[in-house]
Amino acid sequence: MRLEAIPAPALSRRIGLPVLALVATVVVASVLARVAGADPFATLGLIVTGAFGSKFAALETLNRATPLIFTGLAVAVAFRAKLWNIGAEAQLYAGAIVAVLLGTGALAAPWVLPVSMLVAMLAGALVLLGPVMLKTRLGVDEVVTTLLLNFVMLLFVSYLLEGPLKDPMGMGWPKSPALVKEARLPRIATGLRLHWGFALALIAALGVWLIQARTTLGFEMRAVGANPAAARFAGMPVNGVLVKTALLSGGLAALAGWSEVAGLKGHLSSDLSPGFGYTGIIVAMLALLHPLGVVVSALFVAAIFVGSDSMSRAAGVPTYIADMLLATALLFMVLALALTRYRVVWK
Amino acid sequence: MQAQDVVLRLDRITKRFGALTANDGISLALHRGEVVALLGENGAGKTTLMNILFGHYVADEGGVEVMGAALPPGNPRAALAAGVGMVHQHFTLADNLTVLENIRLGTEGLWSRGTARATGRAKVDRLARDFGLAVDADARVGSLTVGERQRVEILKALYREARILILDEPTAVLTPQEAEALFATLRLAIARGLSVLFISHKLHEVMAIADRCVVLRHGRVVGEVATRDTSGAELAALMVGGDIALPEARPATVGPVLLRLAGVSTPDQGAAPGLKAVSLDLRAGQITGLAGVSGNGQAALADLICGLAVPQSGGLELAGAAPVRWTPRAAIAAGIARIPEDRHKTGTIADFTLTENAVLEGYWRPGFSRRGLIDWRAAQRFAEGIIARYDVRCPGPGARIRLLSGGNMQKLILGRVLEPGPQIILANQPVRGLDVGAIAYVQSQLIAARDGGAAVLLISEDLDEIMGLADVVHVMSEGRLSPGFARGTKTAAELGLWMAGEGFADAA
Repeated sequence: MRLEAIPAPALSRRIGLPVLALVATVVVASVLARVAGADPFATLGLIVTGAFGSKFAALETLNRATPLIFTGLAVAVAFRAKLWNIGAEAQLYAGAIVAVLLGTGALAAPWVLPVSMLVAMLAGALVLLGPVMLKTRLGVDEVVTTLLLNFVMLLFVSYLLEGPLKDPMGMGWPKSPALVKEARLPRIATGLRLHWGFALALIAALGVWLIQARTTLGFEMRAVGANPAAARFAGMPVNGVLVKTALLSGGLAALAGWSEVAGLKGHLSSDLSPGFGYTGIIVAMLALLHPLGVVVSALFVAAIFVGSDSMSRAAGVPTYIADMLLATALLFMVLALALTRYRVVWK
Repeated sequence: MQAQDVVLRLDRITKRFGALTANDGISLALHRGEVVALLGENGAGKTTLMNILFGHYVADEGGVEVMGAALPPGNPRAALAAGVGMVHQHFTLADNLTVLENIRLGTEGLWSRGTARATGRAKVDRLARDFGLAVDADARVGSLTVGERQRVEILKALYREARILILDEPTAVLTPQEAEALFATLRLAIARGLSVLFISHKLHEVMAIADRCVVLRHGRVVGEVATRDTSGAELAALMVGGDIALPEARPATVGPVLLRLAGVSTPDQGAAPGLKAVSLDLRAGQITGLAGVSGNGQAALADLICGLAVPQSGGLELAGAAPVRWTPRAAIAAGIARIPEDRHKTGTIADFTLTENAVLEGYWRPGFSRRGLIDWRAAQRFAEGIIARYDVRCPGPGARIRLLSGGNMQKLILGRVLEPGPQIILANQPVRGLDVGAIAYVQSQLIAARDGGAAVLLISEDLDEIMGLADVVHVMSEGRLSPGFARGTKTAAELGLWMAGEGFADAA
């Protein structure tokens, strides 16, 4: 068995294979549900109704998708320039910390929201700046540094929550004081459990898409990612482009944490993110790094999480099925991507 | 010749890649003791055919027979065992091993006895003597010249009892003298009953060594002629399907020095030498040719002029002034047109469209972007202009450039760098791997630019190309630059001596 390159894949192949990947994911999910002792069709149906079956469920899915859109964008932007930012989790917490620092009375309305948002982005950008400088100056692998910074940041958050940022009224729980009302992102409509962070995420996706498609910086980012030697030869400042990419990526990831605190939770705790930073990698990969695709894949991933939660309560199938679903979806999607460009030759 | 003399037979080989038929019913027979040249433009299907023969691809139809026995498809090991030896254009040797180790690599059993090494050594020595392949068996391959490495590759094939040698563009990296030595070896090989399949672009070599030529065009055999019954011109016409007039260079009026290097040295890059106190003047209205065997500092010189490297010592002057900060962007802004050596790796981005590649180095200019926003309509108009004026054959400006042939890719690069009307042109191997038609086109564009008053630096490993085009010829060897020789004052053999490192002031 060998692989043969396909110079110009047909449109049917480019669309058909990802669809096939989704079908294959559903088939595997059915088998998994069967193994767990439940009726496969009922289980899948429960996941879908759990994610979209009611207004409440659908809004919950959108809320869950919000941080995933931000981290997915952060990863997509970085990966497009072949900057392997595995540290969205750390940048997310940097944004969350800023939301608390500036949102618990330090700043007054109406400035608190825009200022704390910008400072949060700056903080996230700075978290990624270190690893990128190490990469461009000393050739240190950013996969390692960004990944390890996640743990550093998580420990730092624990320290803050046990120390300077600990809520005195928190009955001893490691959580921060609540944000003042002016520092909270309002809900999109009264009575809806959906906050403006979701709209912000959509705007961010549109913005990233415009940057990549229309600006010189976006052109440079794509060129550096696609072929750094050609980009350098063409006169692009490769290292400078990487630094700018890092600032944008870190800033986007920070918005995930900032909007979770300011829009949803209202305070910071060390379980703020159930791995949104890492799931952002899956979201970005499923979207084939396209910023608008990130919105779709974030909704898909969020739906699986939210739907599996509710299915698990109803059908008694463990919520781990959500992780397995995502993993299979990702594997099949990567496989589909490879098969769009290569044909398997059996002999 | 008798039918039983046939050692290799390709029978109606057909190979399709999607809509493209790379090989269309190709049949070919190679006899014992015969040299057959496989000729064809780039994209004619030579490489595909060789990959099928050697088992890297599986043919859709047709089969391969070696010594009368069918070769199982898709199995390089079977091809090796059947006595087919391939010498690739890019060598497949391990630099950190010795010649002997490289040759025996893959032939030893897991537990080879100590005596096996001694017998192996004796065999290598015998082969080297029989075939005139002088090389030190204990030398590390990393320390060998390109010509010596090629000898090791041939020895490797002979060591495995190859009866059929396939050589892919073997002379591309050799000096004229080394090429002569290679031909002597091939003659010894056929005298001993081996057969040679020789792939080349260079017609005069084909005429010199081959008994028969098989010409491919668009994946089909368009001609099969005995060398003694044909001429170079006829073969060229067969290859391109029409007569091609190669451009004739007439001398032009020489103007002032536009770019000057004064005693420039640059550090070595691993095995590739840097520049050693190189002084060079590029004058308006003149094509300066740079000859030399691959890997003798041409890359360092090209990098310097492209802005990818800065002088370690010595100075670079543009129209009499030293640039403040020397970067690729500065070189572009200074009006240097840069045609890179590797159009796939550095010249273009494969997955970008023609439009994106057309503005790859000019997107920041006011015509293409304002306040950081790219005007893609202007960029597309620019690309469409290049496609029309430089005859780039492509589906359209929105197509990805990876779909283009090498010649059309090169035309796009040519248009990209020549459209702004450059004063200085660096053409690094501009026609390597191109078909005859594209070569003529690229060369005529360079001549036209020179006639328009540009200073052209032409770097090439093909001495014929240099001697045909350049008004002044310099030779590089180990990072040193020879004096300039005016057109026609040195023969190829004399330049070959310089290429081998003789004549330099500090030569040992």
